[in-house]
Amino acid sequence: MTQAVIELRNVSKRFGETLAVVDNNLSVNAGEFLSILGPSGCGKTTSLRMMAGFEQPTEGEVYIQGTNVTGVPAYRRPVNMVFQHYALFPHLSVADNVTYGLRQRSPKPPSAELARAADEALGMVRLSGLGRRRTYELSGGQQQRVALARALINRPAVLLLDEPLAALDRKLRAEMQFELQNLQRDVGVTFLLVTHDQEEALSMSDRVCVMREGRIVQIGSPRELYDRPNSRYVADFVGKSNFFAGPSAGTVTSVRPEMIELAPTEKKLPQGLATAVPAKVLNRIFVGDFTQYRLASDRLGEFLVVSPRRNERDVGTFEIGDQVAAGWRGDAAQVLADN
Amino acid sequence: MRIYASLIYIFLYAPIALIVALSFNAGKQSMVWTGFSVEWYGKAFSNPLITEALGTSVMIALATAVLSAIFGTMAALGLERTKGWLRIVFDALIYIAIMVPGIVIGISSLITFVTIFDVVNPALEALFNLRLRMGMWSVIATHVLFNIAVVALMVRARLQGMDRSLVEASEDLYATPMGTFRQVVLPLLAPSILAGALLAFTFSFEDFIIAFFVAGPDVTLPIYVFSAIRRGVTPEINAIGTVVLLTSLLLLLIAQWILQRGNKQA
Repeated sequence: MTQAVIELRNVSKRFGETLAVVDNNLSVNAGEFLSILGPSGCGKTTSLRMMAGFEQPTEGEVYIQGTNVTGVPAYRRPVNMVFQHYALFPHLSVADNVTYGLRQRSPKPPSAELARAADEALGMVRLSGLGRRRTYELSGGQQQRVALARALINRPAVLLLDEPLAALDRKLRAEMQFELQNLQRDVGVTFLLVTHDQEEALSMSDRVCVMREGRIVQIGSPRELYDRPNSRYVADFVGKSNFFAGPSAGTVTSVRPEMIELAPTEKKLPQGLATAVPAKVLNRIFVGDFTQYRLASDRLGEFLVVSPRRNERDVGTFEIGDQVAAGWRGDAAQVLADN
Repeated sequence: MRIYASLIYIFLYAPIALIVALSFNAGKQSMVWTGFSVEWYGKAFSNPLITEALGTSVMIALATAVLSAIFGTMAALGLERTKGWLRIVFDALIYIAIMVPGIVIGISSLITFVTIFDVVNPALEALFNLRLRMGMWSVIATHVLFNIAVVALMVRARLQGMDRSLVEASEDLYATPMGTFRQVVLPLLAPSILAGALLAFTFSFEDFIIAFFVAGPDVTLPIYVFSAIRRGVTPEINAIGTVVLLTSLLLLLIAQWILQRGNKQA
């Protein structure tokens, strides 16, 4: 049993009439990388801000390392945050930004020690030698790393990251995903990341917590969430899926697009499929490593199929308007609550 | 169109240029050019009446700048946290304080001072043998009154452009609210506070109308110039005018420069 470094216990937060967070229980284990995933307005940022101490819960308690910190202001909590737009101090040099947390200690550490700590922290995020620059002279990716160094230099119990990659361009974002993962492994600090980007959450986290309208819907490893979502909402938010009418009222059958087999005719489909239907190609999108088809069947309606490049050797490619056959094995279909 | 605009500029600035030019006139007659000289600057600055008036004006302007900067910043910070109708009322009051003509401020301040003196002086005289009179301090008080609004307006603009998350970042990094104010809020507001203080200095230094009403027996530089002009414009006056003009211009330019530099940083 690993110890929880930060915990929400029955936490609710109300802003006037709106309930932002409803009765949440969340426990983050020491050393893990946990992401809170959800659309904007689902309460994920509010949850993060309650952990940081910028908001206080209307009901419930926040625990950090076993201590109840409900009502304790942000400046007395052993956690640090990386802000969405970094929030670097424009009037301070990079090094002074990085050592800001250390300089709040009393007595203040001697300047030689501060300089050494700044060098070390900047080296950790591969920004050695940039300490004397102004923050606004740096690129977006570099500013991001200054923000990371500024937080990690304090060895926080938990590092809170609020949509840290949202402001970066696509390529840099992919790079920073690796870097964040490596950094987390190197420093061994618990990371709690908030994002609306499912790819970001799945790629970096040990566990993902999916939120919806202030409530936690499901918590699990990225693979668990993808393979065994507990509702239509999670299946839809984590990856793509097709939803067909379920066996009973209030349920749907979910089939991931990459689990569907394609063939020119029903006879050419592989053996042992639980469902096989004729269908017509409505759209075709070539992505490179795979091709995405939108098909229409009389029985099931429209659905998506993802066909990997490698399969094209066997089944060929299809044109818009072609008649094809599609089918899937019994274990590819999951019956989920329709909500 | 271009000619039209040029004419307007000539109309606006020709008299000022003329004063600057004539301040270097060698002759005794202020309006007839006889040769270049800086002797009138020397004469002006060795005239004890002028240097004393200059000293009074600088003292008043300095005190106004410092006090307006302090109170104006406090007002701006307070307003930032005020919500609803109270904020609207105070916002309106700030604009009113800036827009009210100097003569109205002058007269109403005069009436206020006189009324207060009538009430307070008998008691003060009986108790401490003291009498309140108008002078430098009443000019300072009145100047601070409308310059608070100037500073508050400038600091407000800066506060509204400031990223809230900077304050949160500071608190997140263990700085107490006081520490955050000292290390983040104040340095970020500094350019606007300084620019506001310089503007307040300029407005106070060149003010004639308000000082005319509330200065009592004290003589500021604009008041001296006004009374001297009644005896005729001398090159000495032109020299003083040029010095005042250049000081104001310089301070305004510095204020503008500080503001722009600050905006680039934020």
